[in-house]
Amino acid sequence: MHQESEIRKPLIIGDRSYKDITDDIIRPVQGKANKYWWMVFTLSVTTFTWGIICLCYTIGTGIGVWGSNNGVDWAWDITNFVWWIGIGHAGTLISAVLLLFRQKWRMAINRSAEAMTIFAVMCAAIFVTMHTGRPWLDYWLFPLPNQFGSLWINFNSPLVWDVFAVSTYFSVSLVFWYTGLIPDFATIRDRMTKPLAKKAYTLLSFGWSGRAKDWSRFEEVSLVLAGLSTPLVFSVHSIVSTDFATAVLPGWHATIFPPYFVAGAVFSGFAMVQTLILIMRKVFSLESYINLKHIEYMNIVIIITGSLVGVAYLTELFMSWYSGVEYEQYAFINRATGPYWWAYALMMTCNVVSPQLFWFKKIRTSLIATFILSIVVNIGMWFERFVIIVPTLCRTYLPSSWNMYHPTFVDIGVFTGTIGMFFTFFLLFARFFPVIAQSELKSIVKSSGSEFKKKH
Amino acid sequence: MSKVTLHGIYDDDEQLKNGAIKIVGMGIRVKEVFSPFAIHGIDPIIGIRRTRLPICSFIYGCTGALLATWMMWYMMITDWPTEVGGKPNFSFLVNWPAFIPITFESTVLCAAHGMAITFFLRSWLMPGVTPKNPDPRTTDNKFLMLLEVNKEDLGKVEAALRETGASEVNVK
Repeated sequence: MHQESEIRKPLIIGDRSYKDITDDIIRPVQGKANKYWWMVFTLSVTTFTWGIICLCYTIGTGIGVWGSNNGVDWAWDITNFVWWIGIGHAGTLISAVLLLFRQKWRMAINRSAEAMTIFAVMCAAIFVTMHTGRPWLDYWLFPLPNQFGSLWINFNSPLVWDVFAVSTYFSVSLVFWYTGLIPDFATIRDRMTKPLAKKAYTLLSFGWSGRAKDWSRFEEVSLVLAGLSTPLVFSVHSIVSTDFATAVLPGWHATIFPPYFVAGAVFSGFAMVQTLILIMRKVFSLESYINLKHIEYMNIVIIITGSLVGVAYLTELFMSWYSGVEYEQYAFINRATGPYWWAYALMMTCNVVSPQLFWFKKIRTSLIATFILSIVVNIGMWFERFVIIVPTLCRTYLPSSWNMYHPTFVDIGVFTGTIGMFFTFFLLFARFFPVIAQSELKSIVKSSGSEFKKKH
Repeated sequence: MSKVTLHGIYDDDEQLKNGAIKIVGMGIRVKEVFSPFAIHGIDPIIGIRRTRLPICSFIYGCTGALLATWMMWYMMITDWPTEVGGKPNFSFLVNWPAFIPITFESTVLCAAHGMAITFFLRSWLMPGVTPKNPDPRTTDNKFLMLLEVNKEDLGKVEAALRETGASEVNVK
């Protein structure tokens, strides 16, 4: 059995037996959804539907219905893509990196964080498939033999790397998440009495029976998948950043981009996890498992990654001055004082100033402050991508191609539609799937449970 | 000699581990252990060898790396060399740095999926498989030791199980 230091705070509050854990986590699955669930679900589905309508309009008419134009040819589409992919990164970081570091507090939040990853990457995928203009030809992105004399895709292009990176990331995250879910589905299966539900969970649980050999393999698979996912998550956002960094545009052409993007991704992802977890623990009464310590640990990650992002912003500014290149200097002056100065100011306030508030223990351990700041960070990180893309493209080398960007109702509809889709899927997940990895949580009751700590 | 199947049910993983040590010490094989979570340290006691899945994963990963390398060599260098943005593609070696990202992704893709599929096949986990746990409580809060013992040893084994903290001993 694992021993734990006295001074470590317990991760499971209250006298919780194995059975209590099962009961607490399976209750939302077995019970009926409450009024609030239905209210939020209806709202999400409505927004999602509006998003689908806007998508259909885009496909039917062409991406001319977006605000993107000649000059600002990447706008909300890529902003939203990078934002969603970034959010997804926290899920993998929590489940993979924290597993490798043997952080036990991850066990209460990894399941929902991984679900968040999967849904966020799905939202991101919508934007990349749509921004090509003719999404029915998107199979051209893959190296398939074709009639053009076998003109293959260009493997020197980061956009092609992105196709491989994002699809690998999505499928590996899905496998990682699902493998972890199997034992928990088996628990639900063995407790379900309704025949249809029992049948459904029998199918989902893949016939898991919890034999010692299966557990031994399961743990090894989890460990190796974590080991593979860790460099994967870093590679994905590094590759996303090379979409910009390999372009010879001032403001984009910077070697700092990969680490800066990864830090930003983790930063925004943890903020999104906070937003979701704080609502979830309240709605499903999971306060025993997701307690103040978990929230505080995540806030500490937010301070660190937020500070890294801040340092990256300042480094960019310094380097543009130090480079002595007029164009490079203008790119940053334009960001801060040009037509989109307000977006830059918003980004700086939300991403650099606001996470520093977490240095105060009172704020770091306050649920309301955390919730508000997590949303502030999410807004700030969206504006970071907007600031990188739109102000840069609206003031390129040729003043004759300078252009302003205004989102149309379709841009707004598709973006809010993906938020609706994200919450629709997350609510369905919370309703039908075990939201906490209970089989993992049970294994730490005796080392990190508050009652057990008192006795020993 | 006729054999009977015995279910020793424990409430605690440590007790089951002690029970297994005792049973194995008596020269009786523990046929199977069912538990709601992984019991660390049970494998050597009941004679389960370390899984070779990571070796498979390594081989799948190497395959993925080779496949991606071959694909990019064939498409970019041999079949249809295209000059894009002045990037050199007359030689594989010179063009190779641009191939690293996809080689890496392909390695991870093959290693992860290959390993998961091998795990599902080896443990025979897939939709439609009937679960084999003899007691539904083993996915909740009970730890079950499955034994096959000779009828004459029954009393002795049962006493050993009870002594190590088994809350139930069921003869099937």
